[in-house]
Amino acid sequence: MHKRLRTIVGAAVTTIAVTAALTGCSNSGGGSSNDGGNAGQVDAALKAGGTLTYWSWTPSAAAQVKAFEKAYPKVTVKLVNAGTGTDEYTKLQNSVKAGSGAPDVAQVEYFALPQFALADSLTDLTQYGFNDLKSKYTSGTWGSVSLDGKLYGLPQDSGPMAMFYNKTLFEKYSIQVPKTWDEYIAAAKKLHKADPKAYINSDTGDAGFTTSMIWQAGGRPFEVDGSKVSINLQDAGTKKWADTWNELVENKLLAQTPGFTDDWYKQLAGGEIATQITGAWFPGVIESGAKAGSGDWAVAPIPTYDGKTAVTAENGGGAQVVMKQSKNQALAAGFVKWLNSSDDSVNTFLASGGFPSTTATLDSSEFLATKPDYFGGQAINEVLKSSSDSVASGWKYLPFQVYANSIYADTVGQSYADFSDINTGLKAWQTALVKYGNEQGFTVTAK
Amino acid sequence: MSSGTLTGAKAARLEPTPRKRRRTGRGKQTGWMFVAPFMVVLILMLIVPIGYAIYLSLFRDQLIGGNHFVGLANYIQLLQDSKFWSSFGRVLIFLVIQVPVMLVLALVAALALDSARLHAASFFRIAIFLPYAVPGVVAALIWGFIYGPQFGLTGSFNDLLGSDLLKPFTSTWILTSIGNIVTWEFLGYNMIIFFAALRVVPAELYEAASLDGAGSLRTIISIKLPALRGAIVIASIFSIIGSFQLFNEPNLLKTLAPNVIGTFFTPNMYAYNLSFAGQQFNYSATVAIVMGVITAVIAYIVQVRGTRQENR
Repeated sequence: MHKRLRTIVGAAVTTIAVTAALTGCSNSGGGSSNDGGNAGQVDAALKAGGTLTYWSWTPSAAAQVKAFEKAYPKVTVKLVNAGTGTDEYTKLQNSVKAGSGAPDVAQVEYFALPQFALADSLTDLTQYGFNDLKSKYTSGTWGSVSLDGKLYGLPQDSGPMAMFYNKTLFEKYSIQVPKTWDEYIAAAKKLHKADPKAYINSDTGDAGFTTSMIWQAGGRPFEVDGSKVSINLQDAGTKKWADTWNELVENKLLAQTPGFTDDWYKQLAGGEIATQITGAWFPGVIESGAKAGSGDWAVAPIPTYDGKTAVTAENGGGAQVVMKQSKNQALAAGFVKWLNSSDDSVNTFLASGGFPSTTATLDSSEFLATKPDYFGGQAINEVLKSSSDSVASGWKYLPFQVYANSIYADTVGQSYADFSDINTGLKAWQTALVKYGNEQGFTVTAK
Repeated sequence: MSSGTLTGAKAARLEPTPRKRRRTGRGKQTGWMFVAPFMVVLILMLIVPIGYAIYLSLFRDQLIGGNHFVGLANYIQLLQDSKFWSSFGRVLIFLVIQVPVMLVLALVAALALDSARLHAASFFRIAIFLPYAVPGVVAALIWGFIYGPQFGLTGSFNDLLGSDLLKPFTSTWILTSIGNIVTWEFLGYNMIIFFAALRVVPAELYEAASLDGAGSLRTIISIKLPALRGAIVIASIFSIIGSFQLFNEPNLLKTLAPNVIGTFFTPNMYAYNLSFAGQQFNYSATVAIVMGVITAVIAYIVQVRGTRQENR
């Protein structure tokens, strides 16, 4: 029933329906959760002060913490870099399992959030009235932290996808900047023919990229209803993406250089990789990693399947969450609120090259008018901002996405390695995920 | 000295029984006190962790549903786990090829050093030994740069030839690439073991051999190699254990070749990823126990066979 609903009705409506079905009315009052907290409690806690531990690997964290301590002198925040991404999640997961040792506040990427939410290790922030902050954030990021009627964190950054491309290279071989995926494939062929060392994109198979591309194509392979999970990595949208991308994989039109390696930066700078379809956080990465490419690059909206309606997905980005283990959840919530909604903090974040999740910043003329030299003076934030407005809704990650991503190379990666049909790899991924999920006590069905 | 006032006979007559009893009692204690530091470390660092791992391997802790006793189910699952056996097969191939190559090279280097015909022998010795002083993680990073098909030495070499001759990160070559790193790292270490064993061969044996008219080849075969047997057995056992525990090198190269080096490339990587990516601590403990047993058995067989040869 729900399944059919979801495909027919718009996803926003569905979310409300599912929310209502799952939570009933018990949560709508806000204050009915276990702690009985409320908005006033947060302010009181901030006034009273205390000590918090905050795990984060963002470059802006230290400056933000400093500014926060200045604004709230009675609060001390201990900043710990517990590793990047999966390294941090491992430690976080271990402390959740051990029942102690978790920080008060942690940075968690959107794809990993459901895993911690499911383990009941995160504080529901609706009890502090944080649902009122909804209008401050883009709908894509809000959807990533608001699961089944509960609010598990506040969004910090976002990664609406766009196409970053080497304009000089496109001009050199007089290739049109593609607007559809068909044009993109044609451009890939033309480019590689003109220069055998040049590829349209680099992709060795990356779980985060794949899920975002499926998201854009309209696939919704993961459906989660509490501990009931269904996986269909052959639904219409997923197949649509896989069949398109197969054209590039099977014809060896992708540089199989893993991201964030020296080889990758060299190829980006040297005109051997023509485009990157990725999140809006990418400018910071390429500007610092591939300096020699300065002036060559530009940004365009992500190609679409029909060439008409702009539709994109989120790639990367994360939120700050309050751990249930925290002894002072109200104070932790206060810190998170300041961190991800105060001008002071968001500006610090922007200065470090982050791409924000708050609409006020995204809409500000100052932000939109930024014209980095690396991108030849293009007002790239205008493109990226409009991308954040067209993120497709209704996407869900698995409640064990961290593990899922870790075995991606074992399954789908093999299709890349063999230059063969990605669908085969996706099916293998699905089989492995169904097996793992059931072993872990979920009820996982393959469709 | 304190019993100087007593005569020897008197002392012997008066004290034998109590002294004897006391001595045995104290002796027992003293013995335990001497081994206590070792026993404490042994129990804390070896027995307790192994016991805990065995305990863990009998349970299954799920993300949903919690922890429950499953008996030997993890072991039964492991025996049928194709991922585990493929990782085991991979390190076995690695062992069968890389270990002999490395040991032969180390042997040649040690014999060359011992021959006293090398110029700058001490430089040669330190140069070969030096990679061992480089931490394994750093070594893997260095070689990762060298192997880089775009950025690294490999890329430059291929550019020079105008072909893709070297492909260190393809599934065909990856084991060789890793074997090359491991050989580079541990060649010097094994050479030192062999060289030390050669230094203790009595000079008279060489003298006698040369009087009998033996050439250098004959000396190597009849004196040096037999003298090295014990050292070769030891080096083999170390290398076998090292091969089964292969982890650092493939785990670091994984970022450069994610599709070639999977999560179950070696048994240790499999155990690592099971526990740290999948929270399957119990199954991971099972992998560790089974690999430990297999390694111990193989190392024991090598030792028994090696010593038997030595006694012949």
